[in-house]
Amino acid sequence: MSEPKSDRMIEAEPGATARAGRKRDADNAPPEAIVAIPLRHPWRNVVAVLLVLGLAVFILDAAQRSDYGWTDVGKYIFDRRISQAAWVTLWLTVYAMIGAIVIGLLLAIMRLSPNPVLKSIAWLYIWIFRGTPVYVQLVFWGIVSLIYPVFTLGIPFTEPWVTIPNEVFTNLFITAVIGLALNEAAYMSEIVRAGLLSVDEGQAEASTALAMSWGQTMRFVVVPQAMKIIIPPTGNEVISMLKTTSLVAAIPLSIDLYGVSRGISAVTFTPVPLLLVASLWYLLFTSILMVGQHFIEKRFSRGTGRVKADKDSPTPETAPTAVPGEPGAPLGTDAGGKG
Amino acid sequence: MTDAPMVLAERVSKNFGSNKVLRGISLEVDPGEVLCIVGPSGSGKSTFLRCINHLERVDGGRLSVDGQLVGYRQKGDKLYELKLKEAAFQRQEIGMVFQRFNLFPHLTALENVTLAPVRVKGLSKAKATARATELLERVGLGDKGGAYPAHLSGGQQQRVAIARALAMDPKLMLFDEPTSALDPELVGEVLDVMKGLAKSGMTMIVVTHEMGFAREVADTLVFMDEGVVVEAGPPRQILSDPQHERTKAFLSKVL
Repeated sequence: MSEPKSDRMIEAEPGATARAGRKRDADNAPPEAIVAIPLRHPWRNVVAVLLVLGLAVFILDAAQRSDYGWTDVGKYIFDRRISQAAWVTLWLTVYAMIGAIVIGLLLAIMRLSPNPVLKSIAWLYIWIFRGTPVYVQLVFWGIVSLIYPVFTLGIPFTEPWVTIPNEVFTNLFITAVIGLALNEAAYMSEIVRAGLLSVDEGQAEASTALAMSWGQTMRFVVVPQAMKIIIPPTGNEVISMLKTTSLVAAIPLSIDLYGVSRGISAVTFTPVPLLLVASLWYLLFTSILMVGQHFIEKRFSRGTGRVKADKDSPTPETAPTAVPGEPGAPLGTDAGGKG
Repeated sequence: MTDAPMVLAERVSKNFGSNKVLRGISLEVDPGEVLCIVGPSGSGKSTFLRCINHLERVDGGRLSVDGQLVGYRQKGDKLYELKLKEAAFQRQEIGMVFQRFNLFPHLTALENVTLAPVRVKGLSKAKATARATELLERVGLGDKGGAYPAHLSGGQQQRVAIARALAMDPKLMLFDEPTSALDPELVGEVLDVMKGLAKSGMTMIVVTHEMGFAREVADTLVFMDEGVVVEAGPPRQILSDPQHERTKAFLSKVL
């Protein structure tokens, strides 16, 4: 039945082109490329030239100014004290962000949980830590060991059973990590929450219908899908954290990049070159992070953005396997054996 | 085997706020029976289906699956709400297929099918994979195990979703308008899988708009409107000779 039909189709085609050809002779020739004068943007060029000139003037001028102390910049940029301090800054960032992501994830899940107690705790935490400046929080964590010199366990207002000296908050590095992580966690939890909410409700429903618990649903279904929403702003937060570490001076911790460069300049009376040195190191790190973020974002967009992949793998080809009769047959036999 | 019904609903009611979605649904589904529910949108069909596996809480009446009360435990004459874990345990016996498939997009077809058996039933990966491969073959997708849902057509996705539900070895399968989100040319392949499943003796409740399917496969056809069962009986009888005015009006629009 299909054969004569296709024959007719083939017959019909040359006729159709012939008719079209009679109408317009030029139809057979390949379409002529458009040759046109592109739209010009003279002002873009003018502004660009002016800006480049301005920048050149600024650089030439800065190179001559003694206040910048370029020789000092060269002298200190690879100074051991500076590179060690840069290392400290890097680890502060890493530890604080790990803490922040873990606590933030917990807070976000608590806020979305059906348990009203957990919900309120998370809300209260975010209210406090997002509502006060990080600098103030760091000052507080710096003096917390004076307020609570010992940790005690027991019934309030009676003799404590156990007394542990507060050694956590006398270690300034740990104090800094805790202070930064606790503050950042409040922001991370909002990022995570947005990610979790972005996952279609049907996903959790399907998971529940498969008898998975709420925790399993979160862990295996919702969180993995939320990652691609969570990753980009988290990269942003890492970059932001790297720079926020300079505020640990409030604790006061002074072994980080900014603290050490400030310490050196206090002795040498050359503040500007050391600010430049610190800035160059911060820029180096943020540049590396930007590259890393790019690759992580690519990795976590798996399973989406498949529009491209769809074009590569021909979906129409898969349709013939879905011939109505075919799946029915194995189903009938197999199922028959079972029942 | 036993004469006890698989699903027994007695005057089941459900409210969303002041909106009474179900106003006393009573029906029985025997083991191996295929029940199709039809009716206009907003008639409470889907809600009733979701009550059966406790995705929605029943507010009134009694609803039990395989002799067990859904979502509650009766002790003396008092009812106790089940713990989440216990409710999840009840759901193991009930498979559900959704209108919009709801496959997990970050997992391959095979991983979609093995996830719950591994995590909930504690099956080994190898065992679950073997079983999942078998199920995917059964729905005609033996070669698609490694594909992500976005690579599959709607009909293929829905068939994976059916395999995923079957992987938990349910006694009862619920279908919530399984073909409504499909392109017309893909409806047949899903219905064929469902027909095969019905033939195998699976107890099924199917909310559908496919009257042809209902006529061919259903043992009982239920027409629901405004939260009540208006008419129920053998599909041929209801489709050709509806007794109730509302049924007549509905059928005249869809047939």
